[in-house]
Amino acid sequence: MDTTQNQRDWTSHPPLIAPGYKSTIFRGPSQNLITVPELMKPSSGPIFGLESVAPLDHDLTKNGIKNGEPLGERIVVSGRVLNQHGQPLKNTLIEVWQANAAGRYVHKRDQHHAPLDPNFFGAGRCVTNEEGIFKFYTIKPGAYPWGNHPNAWRPNHIHFSVFGPNIGTRLVTQMYFPGDPLLDYDPIYLAVPEKARERLISSFDMGLTEEGFALGYQFDIVLRGHHSTPFENE
Amino acid sequence: MNKLGQTPSQTVGPYFAYGLTPEQYKFDHTSLATPVLLDARKNSQDAIILRGKVYDLHGEAVDDAMIEIWQVDQEGKFQIKPHQGFFSIGRMGTGTIEGNWFEFTTCIPAAEKQGQAPAIHMIVFMRGLLSHVYTRVYFEDFKELNQEDPYLKLVTEERRSTLIAQKVQESPVTIYEFNLHMQGENETVFFDY
Repeated sequence: MDTTQNQRDWTSHPPLIAPGYKSTIFRGPSQNLITVPELMKPSSGPIFGLESVAPLDHDLTKNGIKNGEPLGERIVVSGRVLNQHGQPLKNTLIEVWQANAAGRYVHKRDQHHAPLDPNFFGAGRCVTNEEGIFKFYTIKPGAYPWGNHPNAWRPNHIHFSVFGPNIGTRLVTQMYFPGDPLLDYDPIYLAVPEKARERLISSFDMGLTEEGFALGYQFDIVLRGHHSTPFENE
Repeated sequence: MNKLGQTPSQTVGPYFAYGLTPEQYKFDHTSLATPVLLDARKNSQDAIILRGKVYDLHGEAVDDAMIEIWQVDQEGKFQIKPHQGFFSIGRMGTGTIEGNWFEFTTCIPAAEKQGQAPAIHMIVFMRGLLSHVYTRVYFEDFKELNQEDPYLKLVTEERRSTLIAQKVQESPVTIYEFNLHMQGENETVFFDY
């Protein structure tokens, strides 16, 4: 049994203090995290939220409609949630939220001088099926400025919050888009160790693209392995 | 076989409220988890309030953190059927109560495993945290159990107090306070699960 499989792999995750992203300097813990021995870890947790997914939760192009269609480029985002052995994780709840096509969030604190879209709310959720596949429809989010440094812009991104089989597999992340020139300047993206960065970039997928309706993007999510049967030849 | 690489974490950012805690922030979207884990109308004698603030290096109480708590009920079970009067996951942002408090209505859980003291799992997400961090909330009432708790034993004596909630009010409802210090002299102990 590979006892390291449950650890958060800090060669894949960004550090808690990354000076390029200024607020980490006074918000990230400075002392070492205390490693919990394998046997002490919580091994189960609630599989929750499945009943809470309403019919339009997976369709952000419709769940905020007040008097018309939201503006912007319709996209469909789909992928698989897997553990590190490549096994699909079914019944996994995913929450998403994002800016609108103009780069504006409905959040009251977002004062970016860009229009709100009365027909776009920007939040939703979905659940993986038996094959670990999730899918949701939305509008491609716009880039927006932020205050980290002069002329700072966040690349287009969708926020993801994912539950897995236990508390250790909890993940909050951001999905980016291929070819975005802002990625090279974004300290949040660049805080991720180089070898792992591309895992956050979705890929354009003609097969997912729906004719006459929406461009398709593929984004797989790998959670820490846990309670899986390791392959014999591993 | 090579294992697949973990998808890296990214910050929850400042704008999570309408996606993750919409009811608390009065957005028109349902919340999956709320600050109320225990239905106090059904279990009033067991209800406690767990409240606290999240302090940054400068001692400022952060107003855009999201706190998630996970806990078993008094029988030691994770419950996710709200109609049973207890729900095992709570969530609250620190931006709606003046003073930047989080405040959960819950109960003291049973010990999760034999030999452990009762404790609530707490996860901190916020702008300026690229990866979420885990801590554990213990209660000052269980001095003997706390002394034997295997998690607390992993922590040096002088830092253990950062994990113990203090009782600040007894009645009409018991209130425990648990403040998080992200950095500084009293930096809270965080665990890596």
